[in-house]
Amino acid sequence: MRKPMLNTFVVYVENKPGVLTRVASLFRRRAFNIDSLTVGRTERPEVSRMTIVVDADRDQAMRVEANLYKLVNVLLVENVTGKPAICRDLAIIKVAASQSDRSPLLDIFNVFRARVVDFAVDSLTVEITGGEEKIDRLLEVLQPYGILEMVRTGVVAMRRGAKSEEASAAVANATGSGANGAATIAADDSSISYSV
Amino acid sequence: MIKTGAQILWECLEQQGVTTVFGYPGGAILPAYDALKYSNIHHVLVRHEQGAAHMADGYARASGRVGVAIATSGPGATNLVTGIATAMLDSSPIVCITGQVGSKLIGSDAFQETDITGVTLPVTKHNYLVTHASEVAQTISEAFYVAKSGRPGPVLVDITKDAQQSTCEFDGKPVEPQLKGYRPDLSPTPEEYKQALELIQTAKRPVILAGHGIILSGAMDEVRAFAEKANIPVGMTLLGLGGFPASHPLNLGMMGMHGEAWLNTTIQEADLLIAFGMRFDDRVTGNLKTYAPHAKKIHVEIDRGEINKNVKVDVALIGDLKAVLRELLPHLKTLEHHEWIAHIDRLKGDSAVRDIQNLPDNGHLYAAHVINDLWHETRDGDTIIVTDVGQHQMWEAQYYKHEKPRSLITSGGLGTMGFALPAAIGAKAARPEADVWVVVGDGGFQMTMAELATMVQEKLKVNIAIINNGYLGMIRQWQEFFYERNYEASPILSPDFVKLGDAFGIRSVAVTQRAQVVPTVETAREHKGPILIDFQVEREDSVYPMVAAGASLHEMIRRPNPLIETGADA
Repeated sequence: MRKPMLNTFVVYVENKPGVLTRVASLFRRRAFNIDSLTVGRTERPEVSRMTIVVDADRDQAMRVEANLYKLVNVLLVENVTGKPAICRDLAIIKVAASQSDRSPLLDIFNVFRARVVDFAVDSLTVEITGGEEKIDRLLEVLQPYGILEMVRTGVVAMRRGAKSEEASAAVANATGSGANGAATIAADDSSISYSV
Repeated sequence: MIKTGAQILWECLEQQGVTTVFGYPGGAILPAYDALKYSNIHHVLVRHEQGAAHMADGYARASGRVGVAIATSGPGATNLVTGIATAMLDSSPIVCITGQVGSKLIGSDAFQETDITGVTLPVTKHNYLVTHASEVAQTISEAFYVAKSGRPGPVLVDITKDAQQSTCEFDGKPVEPQLKGYRPDLSPTPEEYKQALELIQTAKRPVILAGHGIILSGAMDEVRAFAEKANIPVGMTLLGLGGFPASHPLNLGMMGMHGEAWLNTTIQEADLLIAFGMRFDDRVTGNLKTYAPHAKKIHVEIDRGEINKNVKVDVALIGDLKAVLRELLPHLKTLEHHEWIAHIDRLKGDSAVRDIQNLPDNGHLYAAHVINDLWHETRDGDTIIVTDVGQHQMWEAQYYKHEKPRSLITSGGLGTMGFALPAAIGAKAARPEADVWVVVGDGGFQMTMAELATMVQEKLKVNIAIINNGYLGMIRQWQEFFYERNYEASPILSPDFVKLGDAFGIRSVAVTQRAQVVPTVETAREHKGPILIDFQVEREDSVYPMVAAGASLHEMIRRPNPLIETGADA
């Protein structure tokens, strides 16, 4: 099997109803392979921000970007792959923990800086934030104890350093857009955050 | 002034210059129809909403203006979908307005409710759901702007019944589109221009591939100036036909699956392809792995999503073709390619011998003859030929020599049967002074022939040439070539087309001999009203050359030499 080539895109979109569907539909229609997609609010209520991780070679990545720009509601696309950026995934993991396993488990959590959020008779639940690899590694280590449940948010990303001029302009431009007072319905979209 | 959403809708359409719309009423769009009494816009009542979308499309392609189709919610809206997809693949600017159930009922599976913005999402350039009168003006302004700017395409505006009925203040002033992320006006960098010029000036065997973009951009003069200055031969895509004069010495005709053999060979031997407003469709390239293997590629294209999609290019100039060529032309040196052009001329000579025109008269009527004679009789006028999809479409493309842009309207990308008749009605509505001819197969005609009634009700003089061979001809041809002549479901029974035409009050005539073709076409041109001609042609003729699906562009099935009549694939 081909090793996946993961590209991370930060996409600024107008916060309007149906924009998530448009983006998801584009990926389906063009047969681009989404590894994860998250969407959430930004510092400006009229702009939402998506982080999309796509399995694509260099040419495909260019086409992903070009096709995203074809969507009328897309404000800016940044391919942050290979650029200095903070990429974070959040996982909540419920692991089986007999009394004798608790102590070694707590040691592991300590090393990974995972935080215990629930302590039950026969299980422990932790949350961990970090790069995808770090979380993959923790899961590997927990495997022998028995992972009862696990959920991950998918990656969110932000470039390091000052905000790029392009991004500032794109977000600023969106201010006051949308004469159709649809912002209240749009909240449905922006509160969704999931991996696919 | 306080107005209803329905009143604002028509006023905004008038502001956009709309004079004619094509539609069909229904419950959810009735408030809009009721408000039509305040407007001067002419409404054409179609017989099926698919016809409305094709008419809007034909209107747009004939005139360059945005075509408008109107339908009600549910089945009315879903019937538009084939027409919308057709416009999407052929970059045709249309705006479809659909009624929707009341906003409170959305999501309740109300009577005639369909999520049409969801349904049309992948086949529109953009779409809108309008739920209040106050959104109508802004949305219509944006819909027209998106439809016609950049790479044109269809936009759907779904308006709930209560949005049509509710009221708001409307001062009648045009509203500016508010599209923050939409950037249709890209242009190449100086460095990209330089790279392109270098490739052009050093190429020994260049070819221009001319597509629909020439016509959409209005770059006919620039393309011609470019080709003449650099002495580069020009191959056409199906939708490019008319964008560069057929009679021009540098014109090599149509490329691709049923393209001219010499042109397909030329492309395979070229060392530089210069693509102007075309998208390397699979019908144009054949097998991508073996496509133009020796050629560098320059792609001038307004839609950046097309760059490196099918064919990897060396230089991409992303922008409006006319603007890009205006930038390039002053820097382009005068070039000569004597040897290359002489070589292409020899290829041409080898192919011409196979032309069906060389076939001695054997008493049969061939579609190619019909098209050739039709071209001969109508070429001097302002003629628009509208074709469907299939064999007749390819024969038209081969034998009708288009000199002017917007003189051919055909469903290229989607290949929609039933497109021709309604699109021709739209074309005639847009350009009443033009002589409009439908060239259509007996199969495709039967898909939308109900629109004959629309044509008659609107008193539009459209001439209809049915190329009737009793088969779904292209299907039969594929079955002959690739399915051991198993003619499954391809023979098709037709009604007596002459009686059918008569029933609609259309003068109708059948033609079975070549000698009757010219006089009948003359009669049609003189006749004041519409005319229907049933050309009963050779039943099992095939379109040559043919590049089988997946084959390399130079591997063509050729017409057996008609003079030798050996039947062998020489």
